[in-house]
Amino acid sequence: MQNLPTIPNIFKLKPGTTGRKKNKERLVIFLFLLPAIVLFIIFVVYPIIQSIYYSLFNWKGFGPAVDFVGLDNFTNILKDRVFIIALRNVLFIIAFSLFLQLPLSLMLAVLVGRDLPGRVFFRVIFFMPYVLSEVIAALMWLFILNPDPERGFINAVIVFLGGEPQAWLGNTSLVMPAIFVALTWKYFGYHMLLFMTGLQNIPSEIEEAGRIDGANRFQNFFYITLPLLRSTIRTSVYLSVLGSIQQFIVVWIMTKGGPVNASETLATYMYRFGFVRFQLGYGSAVAIYMFLLCLMFSLIYQRLTRQPDYLSGY
Amino acid sequence: MITDELVVERHHPRARWRKFATRFFQYFILSIIVVIVFVPIVILVFGALKTRGEYLSHPYTVPIPPRWENITLILGNASYSFWPMMRNSVFVMLIVTALVVTVCSLAAFVFARMQFRGKGLAFNLFTLGLMFPINVAILPVYFVLRQIDLIDNLWGVIVVQTAFLLSGNIMILRGFFTAIPAELQEAAYIDGCTVVDFFLRILLPLARPALSTVAALTMIISWNDLLVPLVVLNNDKLWTLPLGTMQFQGQYGQDLSLVSAFVALSALPTIIFYIFAERQIVSGLTAGAIKG
Repeated sequence: MQNLPTIPNIFKLKPGTTGRKKNKERLVIFLFLLPAIVLFIIFVVYPIIQSIYYSLFNWKGFGPAVDFVGLDNFTNILKDRVFIIALRNVLFIIAFSLFLQLPLSLMLAVLVGRDLPGRVFFRVIFFMPYVLSEVIAALMWLFILNPDPERGFINAVIVFLGGEPQAWLGNTSLVMPAIFVALTWKYFGYHMLLFMTGLQNIPSEIEEAGRIDGANRFQNFFYITLPLLRSTIRTSVYLSVLGSIQQFIVVWIMTKGGPVNASETLATYMYRFGFVRFQLGYGSAVAIYMFLLCLMFSLIYQRLTRQPDYLSGY
Repeated sequence: MITDELVVERHHPRARWRKFATRFFQYFILSIIVVIVFVPIVILVFGALKTRGEYLSHPYTVPIPPRWENITLILGNASYSFWPMMRNSVFVMLIVTALVVTVCSLAAFVFARMQFRGKGLAFNLFTLGLMFPINVAILPVYFVLRQIDLIDNLWGVIVVQTAFLLSGNIMILRGFFTAIPAELQEAAYIDGCTVVDFFLRILLPLARPALSTVAALTMIISWNDLLVPLVVLNNDKLWTLPLGTMQFQGQYGQDLSLVSAFVALSALPTIIFYIFAERQIVSGLTAGAIKG
């Protein structure tokens, strides 16, 4: 009974109803967001805007940028044969990731399935390369791809099987496939993990219903499982493409973009002009191209793949 | 009736044979992949546990007995500076993790729980960050660090790593914070809690699994990062472990067993951490990808 009179006070105690409370709440919002926004503006947004400015200059990085060249950097980049190679290599990594790496990951996720004894063991093992740093992964592959069969394990196996040892990273036509194998070793576990999570979100009743209705294993996979995995596949493709566009460390450690620029990627190209040759204006223009590529891809992809989520009811 | 049929089918000898064949096929393929995953790692460890001479004469054999000379040399000889690099890496990792967890949970709380003008705009600003990975932005970021004099300074690495981890982790935490029922907040306010009280005393303890996920993921990313230390740190006294490992390979590349030992040692902390925090890391990566 004593509690009754306090009931109207509920409205006063609730923040945001009186003027003073409202101001206090504004202060909380401001102070809570402040550190994130400050860090984000200074180290993410401002650099991007500033690089647009520098990209219009021929600037070696010493003193202020004064040699204004307009859009020359942007047009010169497109005329550079090495940039075109870098772009082609990025497209190579994207294409092979989408058509080899992701299907392989999906196949393994399906193989592990929901109830295979030891599935956690396989998940832990397959995911381990992703957790190791890119430096370590790249160095390991650098070692086993050594052209000398006495040093490189892969060539040792090839010689053992009666083949010719190959200079994997020294041959302009083998270097990208070799790098792609190393990248797949490092990243397939991540996509497999995404697919395993996606598969787990599909209620097993749906697949069972399909089986009872007479669908065989392949029909079940292509007509039931795959459409229901759509949102996972969408995420996986998105991350894979963005990751391919910015691929740097593995390539830089294994080949530095060589031999004769054969394995150059956009990021190694930018790094070379920015941090090796100190053509900072030119390097900034490369960065802008990469930004635009990421942005355009994100926007177009999100527009194209906005589809009904069949599982939202579950 | 349907269940009866299934039970009958399961005990049918042909059905059992087919189930066995399927299992065999599954394990066969998966085992091959396990071997492929292990080959580079095993070759590395084999090399690390041999003397230079053994490595040159028979590089792929099992190191019996294992030679610990390379390991003790790297850990004991100050000129290889393994321990200072380890210390730098730990320093950067701990501060980045503390900053990411604090800054992101504050911002995620506001985005998940409060209404204000410009919320959509502010949130979209952070989603934009997901499209601009650090690898793409590194050159512009380098200019800014040079202007504010954070080159050759571990704090330069710390602020950049933190800034580029904000977007993803704010998304992850916002997801978890939104899932906490609104009634709880109402009840807390009725009991006289302020917004800050609610955040500190109720929301954060409830979100502990999410926070540990974010922390585990941040630790791995910060620990493994090479690019930011590579452009920020010239002074070898400040090098982190990945940067030092890369430089070590460049300097002692001829002595493959010594380099193998260094690489193996620098991989060891990650592997140990992974074994203990596998669940947090896995749930963080899937939550981040599916929600983001």
